[in-house]
Amino acid sequence: MSATSWAWLVLALPLAGSMVIACGWRALPGRTAGWIGTGAITLAFICSLGALIQLQGEPSDARELTDSLYSYASAAGLDIQLGILVDPLSVFMCLVVTGVSALIHLYSLAYMDSDRGYSRFFSYLNFFVFSMLLLVLAGNFVILIVGWAFVGFASYALISFWYRRYTATTAGMKAFVINVVGDVGLVLAAFFIFRELGTFDFLASFDAARETFTTNEGVVVAICLLICVGAFAKSAQVPLHTWLPDAMEGPTPVSALIHAATMVTAGVYLIARMFPLFELAPTAADIAAFLGLATLLIAATIALAVTDLKRIIAYSTMSQIGYMIVGVSIGAYGAGLFHLMTHAFFKALLFMAAGSVIAAMANRQNIDLMGGFWRAMPFTSRLLIVGCLALAAFPFTSGFFSKDEILVFAADRGGMYWIFAIGGYLGALLTAFYSFRIGFRVVTGEPVAEARELERGHIVHAEPENPATGEREDVDVGFPGPEHHIAEREWPMRVAMAVLGFGALFAGLIQIPGVDDVLESFLEPTFESSIFHDTVPTDSAAWIGLGVGAVIALAGIWFAYLCYVRRPGITARMVERLPRAHRFLFNKWYFDEVQDALVYRPAIAVGRFSNAVFERFVVDGIVQGAVGVARGAGAVVRGAQSGFVRAYALLLVGGFLALGVYFLVVSS
Amino acid sequence: MDVTWYIVLSALLFAIGAGGVLIRRSPLVILLCLELMLNAGNLALVAFSRSSGNEEGQVFALIVMVVAACEVVVGLGLIVAMFRRRIPLNVDDIRELRG
Repeated sequence: MSATSWAWLVLALPLAGSMVIACGWRALPGRTAGWIGTGAITLAFICSLGALIQLQGEPSDARELTDSLYSYASAAGLDIQLGILVDPLSVFMCLVVTGVSALIHLYSLAYMDSDRGYSRFFSYLNFFVFSMLLLVLAGNFVILIVGWAFVGFASYALISFWYRRYTATTAGMKAFVINVVGDVGLVLAAFFIFRELGTFDFLASFDAARETFTTNEGVVVAICLLICVGAFAKSAQVPLHTWLPDAMEGPTPVSALIHAATMVTAGVYLIARMFPLFELAPTAADIAAFLGLATLLIAATIALAVTDLKRIIAYSTMSQIGYMIVGVSIGAYGAGLFHLMTHAFFKALLFMAAGSVIAAMANRQNIDLMGGFWRAMPFTSRLLIVGCLALAAFPFTSGFFSKDEILVFAADRGGMYWIFAIGGYLGALLTAFYSFRIGFRVVTGEPVAEARELERGHIVHAEPENPATGEREDVDVGFPGPEHHIAEREWPMRVAMAVLGFGALFAGLIQIPGVDDVLESFLEPTFESSIFHDTVPTDSAAWIGLGVGAVIALAGIWFAYLCYVRRPGITARMVERLPRAHRFLFNKWYFDEVQDALVYRPAIAVGRFSNAVFERFVVDGIVQGAVGVARGAGAVVRGAQSGFVRAYALLLVGGFLALGVYFLVVSS
Repeated sequence: MDVTWYIVLSALLFAIGAGGVLIRRSPLVILLCLELMLNAGNLALVAFSRSSGNEEGQVFALIVMVVAACEVVVGLGLIVAMFRRRIPLNVDDIRELRG
């Protein structure tokens, strides 16, 4: 089978899984729906491997294959195919998406077990994977936008999965609205491309762009900025990031899948895919990189202050995606995508471990209430620490190699780009600190009541309540359910976490400077036309960067150790000493409030005004006027309808007589 | 051939029919008067046809007869149904469709 046939199978399997579960949910007993979902994604992963093997069999200059199922729309010079593009980049994304998704499905299989919406959950989850694969395999802008919008919908459905939880439904709406802002940007970019280049096809438009546009021409900068709007909304970058922390209202596996490992990386993929355009618009690329750097630092500082376990990880996700955005925007495509892959491993792992801890805490998520889980949950604790190590870029874990590769590239480009290297290393210090804020707070210290209970072999149960507001939960439509599931007692959760833990520790070894170069050389056919193709940091520079990164990571971890293990009171005293700064960070730099004041309130005010004035007097006036005219005319005409048949006959005869007389008069 | 007398007769018949339709209240008589008007029309058609030596007018008269027959069937059926339901057979009393 050719690579494209495998790719079609990769697309078809999750869709089929979603449909089967959605149509057959009544007939699926127990965990069947979960197994169907997991099986479909696992098969999709195997098919991605098939595509990979086929693609590697081709000569390296023929590794961009396109295929079309049928003509999607064809009119007036517009020819849109339902087409896919199979090249190293899309196959790489397929492997990451299906691989991580399969493990998260396996984890959810047990974690969501006592949820009333079990089948619904897996149907949504499979649909999400299908949408994401459509997005990464799309061969033209139209299919890309279709996949892009599907992903937005799937994210909405999964965030609002517990649909009787008020905070969850509003968070879902917020995510959807902000994603639609991004969709609009992407659609406008596609319109511009069609207007300027006359095609929606990726490869054709890239070729045409190189001939049509001059560097930094206004149009191409506009296109790239519009693409950035789409990418930033999906990837939760400043200023379109506020939906991501709220999206933690969804079930924890959803946070792991969508809001850490796959969907939020779509923006990184998009910028990498559009690299020929971004290289023609260095201004737009620099703006994107600066916003990525801003996100990286802002999110890292917020992660120091918030207390909700899942939200800390969410902010760390934003921060890590900031690194990727910086990477792909400054031209370090391979490094950015390498970080995307390693981040998918360790962030999914962190969320899974967090889910296990949250289940043991009877669904409470505040890390101030946690502590001392090392003995109660040996497996979860170890894997949580592995995730934290990789996130903190501890030497020789996966995050260590991938993060520093981006920063070294930035330093290598020199000049202004030193800012990214310095900012990135500053962010790395914060990252190491807050990741071990999670690690030490949860694992070490005096065991809390829940941990003690668990040591005696009993999971604590509490009245189900919303961790955000403290309201009673309606368990009828789901909510983790009466039973809590922790990794120690469920083998599917253990398997998923162990595989990801292995990836988080060792995935970095495929790209050691001076030793091996698996990913870069695999992705080379896609990026060989890049102008940064020959910009490769020397091995010695790379190792210096790694050394700096190692020192910073160890410093951050040591600092966290000092604050949370050695002298646990330090942070509380710092909060007392600097209440303003703490409040500023705890309230997330007031981004929500600013958006509220700048966008939401004016929109509502315009709406109120329209309702009170325009609607009431103008629209209503026109409608009421039309009604009045019709009614008045009716009242006049109604008098003629007496109901007397003979009166009608008289009118008829009289009318004809009058006509006859008229004609007689006229003719004579 | 002089058609004047035929036309005069036809006009007379038509006027009688029209007057009947306007004056009488019984639906049965109104129906009869309608027939009278139709046949007045037929007479005029045939007379003109003869005078101009063209047979199309006569064909038209035949068609009018068919239409008249249909009309009688429907009209009489309605009258019988009204009678059966004890609806007064007076067109002035049947005026539920007034505006």
